[in-house]
Amino acid sequence: MLITEKEIVIKTDKLTKKFGDFVAASEITFEVFKGEIFGFLGANGAGKTTAMKMLIGISNPSSGNAQVAGYDIYKQTEQIKKSIGYMSQKFSLYEDLTIKENIQLFGGIYGLSDKEIKSKSEELITKLGLNTEADKLVASLPLGWKQKLAFSIAIFHQPKIVFLDEPTGGVDPITRRQFWDMIYEASHNGITIFVTTHYMDEAEYCDRVSIMVDGVIKALDSPENLKKQFNAKSMDEVFLMLARGAKRGE
Amino acid sequence: MKQLLTFVKKEFHHILRDKRSMLVLIGLPIVQLLIFGFAITNEVRNTNIAVLDNSKDETTQIIITKIESSQYFDIDRTISTSDQIEKAFKTGKIKVAVIFQQNFQEELAHFNKAQLQIIADATDPNQATTLTNYISSIVVDYQNQVNQQNKLPYTINTETRMLYNPQLKGAYTSVPGVMGMILLLISAMMTSIAIVKEKELGTMEILLVSPMKPRLVVVSKVIPYFIISLINVATILILSVFVLGLPIQGSLLLLIGSTVIYIFCALSLGLLISTITDTQQAAMLISLLGLMLPVVMLSGYAFPIANMPVILQVLSTIVPAKWYIIIVKGVMIKGIDITQIWKELLILVIMTVIFLSISIKRFKIRL
Repeated sequence: MLITEKEIVIKTDKLTKKFGDFVAASEITFEVFKGEIFGFLGANGAGKTTAMKMLIGISNPSSGNAQVAGYDIYKQTEQIKKSIGYMSQKFSLYEDLTIKENIQLFGGIYGLSDKEIKSKSEELITKLGLNTEADKLVASLPLGWKQKLAFSIAIFHQPKIVFLDEPTGGVDPITRRQFWDMIYEASHNGITIFVTTHYMDEAEYCDRVSIMVDGVIKALDSPENLKKQFNAKSMDEVFLMLARGAKRGE
Repeated sequence: MKQLLTFVKKEFHHILRDKRSMLVLIGLPIVQLLIFGFAITNEVRNTNIAVLDNSKDETTQIIITKIESSQYFDIDRTISTSDQIEKAFKTGKIKVAVIFQQNFQEELAHFNKAQLQIIADATDPNQATTLTNYISSIVVDYQNQVNQQNKLPYTINTETRMLYNPQLKGAYTSVPGVMGMILLLISAMMTSIAIVKEKELGTMEILLVSPMKPRLVVVSKVIPYFIISLINVATILILSVFVLGLPIQGSLLLLIGSTVIYIFCALSLGLLISTITDTQQAAMLISLLGLMLPVVMLSGYAFPIANMPVILQVLSTIVPAKWYIIIVKGVMIKGIDITQIWKELLILVIMTVIFLSISIKRFKIRL
């Protein structure tokens, strides 16, 4: 990234989530800059999803502070929700609605006008090459297409930040590559990408990554620097070195 | 507002595209209404009855004692005028009234004939028939006893009148019962499944992250089922009036008003179920076992509550359908007005408030 003056869009300060005695996320502190692709890495159960849920306002932190898009996660959840998009690891569109209806529904939920929805949805359908399928049920699409559509809908309302929770789970490598092209494009258009994944090849695509082990951020830097720091050939090696000490299993 | 409309439209898409649930939602009420009314049998015990003794002589005393000493009847001694009897019927305090003519014993002695009137509440026709038969047989029994001692046989004519449902039609019980059941099924079960489905598929998370308020999500989930419930009420009423020949004696407005309250009660129960379950199967099981069974067993629709063990009688008071069925029977069949059902209505309102406040509290905890 060639950003000289970095605008901070996510800032957390010792964000912690406890479930009883279990500390799912412990004193997480990091910053994410505008337009960057921020990879949030960790094994299953490391606390990635928990941390993300606090940022998108569906889980209350036990302690600590955070700001998303300049808004406080305790007091300004309404504003945050308007500024972000979200795609979860579960497939998140309505299978029994058509492609068009799904786009219209989410456009409506995010308060876009009918005119905007109409013109933008036509644009989107053409871009995805789904013109002939637009009136078919989403259930009839292959998984890769569904994921691409879900991502397009998550950024349909032009959010400042889009949160992707393991967006490419179960998708073939070619589609994953195409999916990442879409992510690059969104990032190029100024949308900040916050993505969790456990595919280490995907980590290489990120501008910066953080690696979480047992609820704690163990490393945070660009993939380049991390590989240098740990004297590793790939992110995979870096990750294995860090995750080896993990006590929590899958 | 636009969010709401967009979302309600989506809900209707879900419902209309699922042919199976459409069949359940629209077809089930009709089928149930037509099938149910014919298969209900009642055994009666400890029924409250009133006795109006206009003669107060030895013979009437003996008959009253005989009635009272049977296991079937408890005589309510506070009732002593025909006005009180009418009132007691309307409030459901008594099921049967036995009225002796004046000078019963004298008539019997001089003319070998006397009149005894049995009036039964035939809102529940099978029960009414059974009850009047019991009383008739007690009287006949007394006659036979007396005839053994006397040379001149006495004759007591019993004259029976079936109140509210003179033709003893099964529809008189099946219509209120089916209404109580169907509305609960559609409003509570279908709503809870619809909400839990979003949780299970993961779409609920997307909605909670969106600027759409959770309250709005819930309201727009509930609206389609509210509308479908109203359509079903209309279908059931039209069928019962024109096909089953059951008249609506009371105010239609009151009937529909109380039905709307009952639908709200069922919807809030559905919400409550959706907050305590995470899978559609669990929601369906809880709705079926936790709602349908009590409605069929404990609402007084299939089996008279008065015959149940005390524990079940206590349990029956927390079944919303019990109160709704009392209201429907009262308004539809007996033609009573709001002054006689306000208590039942109030209970339904209180239940709704309780269910709603628990669900709202639980819904927040999840966020």
